[in-house]
Amino acid sequence: MSKAHIEKEPLFHITKRDDMPILNKAAVRVIAVVLALMICMLLSYILIGINPIKMLSSMISGSFGSKRRIWKFLKDLAVLLCISLAVTPAFRMKFWNIGAEGQALIGALASVACIINLGGKIPNALLLVIMFVSSVVIGAVWGVIPAVCKALWNTNETLFTLMMNYIATFIVSYFLMIWTPSGSSSLGMLSHGYLPKVGHEYFLLILVVAILTVGLYVYLNYSKHGYEISVVGESQKTALYIGINVKKVIIRTMTISGALCGLAGFLIVSALDHSVTTATIGGQGFTAIMVSWLAKFNPISMALTSFLITFLDQGSSQISTDFNIDSAFPSVIVGIIIFFIIGCEFFIYYKINFRHKAAKEAK
Amino acid sequence: MKKELALELKHITKTFGNVVANHDVSLDVYKGEILAILGENGCGKTTLMNMISGIYFPDEGEIFVDGKPVIIRSPKDAFRYKIGMVHQHFKLVDIFTAGENIVLGDSEKKRFNLNDVNNRVAEITERYGFTVDPQKKIYEMSVSEKQTVEIIKVLYRNADILILDEPTAVLTPQETRNLFEVLRNMRADGKSIIIITHKLHEVLEISDRVAVLRKGEHIATVDTKDATESSLTEMMVGQKISLNIERTEPKNSVVRLKVEGLSATDDEGLKVLDNISFEARSGEILGIAGIAGSGQRELLEAIAGLYPLNEGDIIYNNPKTGDTVDLRNKTPLQIRNLGVRLSFVPEDRLGMGLVGNMNITDNMMLRSYRRGKSMFVDRARPKALASEIIESLQVNTPGVSTEVRKLSGGNVQKVLVGREIAAAPTVLMVAYPVRGLDINSSYTIYNLLNKQKESGVSVIFVGEDLDVLLELCDRIVVINSGRITGICDGRTVTKEEVGLLMTKSHEEEREVKSNE
Repeated sequence: MSKAHIEKEPLFHITKRDDMPILNKAAVRVIAVVLALMICMLLSYILIGINPIKMLSSMISGSFGSKRRIWKFLKDLAVLLCISLAVTPAFRMKFWNIGAEGQALIGALASVACIINLGGKIPNALLLVIMFVSSVVIGAVWGVIPAVCKALWNTNETLFTLMMNYIATFIVSYFLMIWTPSGSSSLGMLSHGYLPKVGHEYFLLILVVAILTVGLYVYLNYSKHGYEISVVGESQKTALYIGINVKKVIIRTMTISGALCGLAGFLIVSALDHSVTTATIGGQGFTAIMVSWLAKFNPISMALTSFLITFLDQGSSQISTDFNIDSAFPSVIVGIIIFFIIGCEFFIYYKINFRHKAAKEAK
Repeated sequence: MKKELALELKHITKTFGNVVANHDVSLDVYKGEILAILGENGCGKTTLMNMISGIYFPDEGEIFVDGKPVIIRSPKDAFRYKIGMVHQHFKLVDIFTAGENIVLGDSEKKRFNLNDVNNRVAEITERYGFTVDPQKKIYEMSVSEKQTVEIIKVLYRNADILILDEPTAVLTPQETRNLFEVLRNMRADGKSIIIITHKLHEVLEISDRVAVLRKGEHIATVDTKDATESSLTEMMVGQKISLNIERTEPKNSVVRLKVEGLSATDDEGLKVLDNISFEARSGEILGIAGIAGSGQRELLEAIAGLYPLNEGDIIYNNPKTGDTVDLRNKTPLQIRNLGVRLSFVPEDRLGMGLVGNMNITDNMMLRSYRRGKSMFVDRARPKALASEIIESLQVNTPGVSTEVRKLSGGNVQKVLVGREIAAAPTVLMVAYPVRGLDINSSYTIYNLLNKQKESGVSVIFVGEDLDVLLELCDRIVVINSGRITGICDGRTVTKEEVGLLMTKSHEEEREVKSNE
């Protein structure tokens, strides 16, 4: 028995809080963002000597500096939001679908396949319908395969959906090889299957995603299906107890999740890229997971969180252009900000009792 | 003989969120004594012990060991002060041997020799009268052997103060006797033993003093020789229990549910239900008595379509149509669709009966959300039902949109029972409906059950408090290790008779039979 041991009350201990009022919660989050920005500015000043105020304004101008940038910002926001919405039904059910990347990519591939095989041979409107249906169906199939295996044999959905991403990527590589006889594997912009232009070229895309956001909010919160998803997610035992067919709900929900990813793939091809590469989704399938979590799986708040992520993304690339620095540094900044935003949740749910304070209270 | 203080607690308070688990508890433990900590479920016994053994840290108050103030921040600190705890749920590595588990985490020496360990274990077992084979793997051991390993583990670390959390809950009477023998040997050796239990006869048998906790507060510590079952009960519940639950004669009683030869096994292939047969009649309360884990949960879940059966039938007589249907191996939804009005208040309220993260309205909806052809849920009716239940059962909640997990145990139970009764059942199964509830809430529940009985419902009541079972139930089915050991008339049977049926082992039972 070591007597040398300092026998003191721990410096602090952590206890769970009662519910925090909404205003306090908002305040904690705002403080976190402000702190994060301050640290980022300080860091950039110390490390690379950038004027912090200039950095901040560069960030803002990256997203809102011109009309074109605003549209681009909204477009990126819409795509990210669309994929985030797609993963949300599965997440509400605590089915950790990290295969949005593959589900959206295979959807994009389906659309491109339709264009290549049917483009010019049938009217554009019909082509768009066929593209839409095939993207949604293949996305749903990509989502439902892991769901069926989970429902029947209780396989691990996280690993399964992750592996499905690689399969999708390699299928895309394969088709690119077939479609480009020169062997360049780069397809170039296709000339058919364009989504009609209503006002601005991105307007229709943004509108579709906005409608989807509201639609999914209603589905999850007010429909019987949405209710079943919540019950299964909270407790499978309760779901069995009240007679919900858990397997059916898992399969149905993943079908919807996959189909929405497929829809995202269709939108990317028909409204933006008009082509496909293995990098078409560009990691947004994974960013979407964070967006969905940060919004606590609420579609409406998801608009805000994807706003935030898109803003950070565009802002950081603007910084690297404006100050001519490597893109790694802006990534560090994004990391710091996200760390603070996620980290502040701890202070919302727990409180820290310090030693001297506890002693004072005791007196 | 003047006794030396081993452990003192002074003004200990611990809260979790807005729940006060312990309030201003002061307690002394002497060397060479067995102190029993007695109290109802949820009175803060385990929390208090967890603070002594370093799992929790008190919000306020001080702990003294051998007269010196100490700060216990972790189980490791606790061991340094020679305090060891044997938890209710064992913390052993299944694929290790007893000996390996015993030295696990013992950081005193850098290297150890398993032979030395085994020798020391042998020394300890001999000294206190245990029997254990240090080479045996944990997964090959019975519950009682595992417990022995846990106790030796603590002694191996030279603990002078041992805390045992409900050690007898999992033991047979024979094993309990052996354990008590060991505890007496330890006491004779000068160890201090704190034993948590809520079995009164054990307290009277084994302890020197009894500390009674009630709702997180220390009520009194008395010498066991001056205590009786009724005086202890009075301290535990705060008033002398004259239950006085009204019990009316069943009217127009007909067989509603007939259970025949139910048998089921658990995941490991062990029999949990063995040829269970009984009848539940309309307009009566049928009690099911037994030691915890004798198959009560599996029995109710099997009837509700949640536990797979190997054999047997569950015949339901539909009072409206007069038809009979077999519910065996049907899903809960199929059972409902057959027109069987079966309500079930499971033991696991927040894990099965309710969803803790949903508000009261949405929990009401669990039973009724399918109503109507619309693809959208109707929240108006569940909300009205929620308000009605809050008012009629006096649920203490800020409103219908409060999440159920934020309610206290009693209020959670009122919400659950209220919903199940609102479904207008013909069979109502309730498992431990008053566990963790205060006296007033308990009576609210008893009255609800009685009203259901009077309106012709067949009530099946799984309880743990024999006094309640004897006063509330018309008939009592006693089960023991998944088998029925007796079906008694609740009006004439005595507590001792039921207690005997609950605890006798199969061997004894066979002896009784062969003697007859």
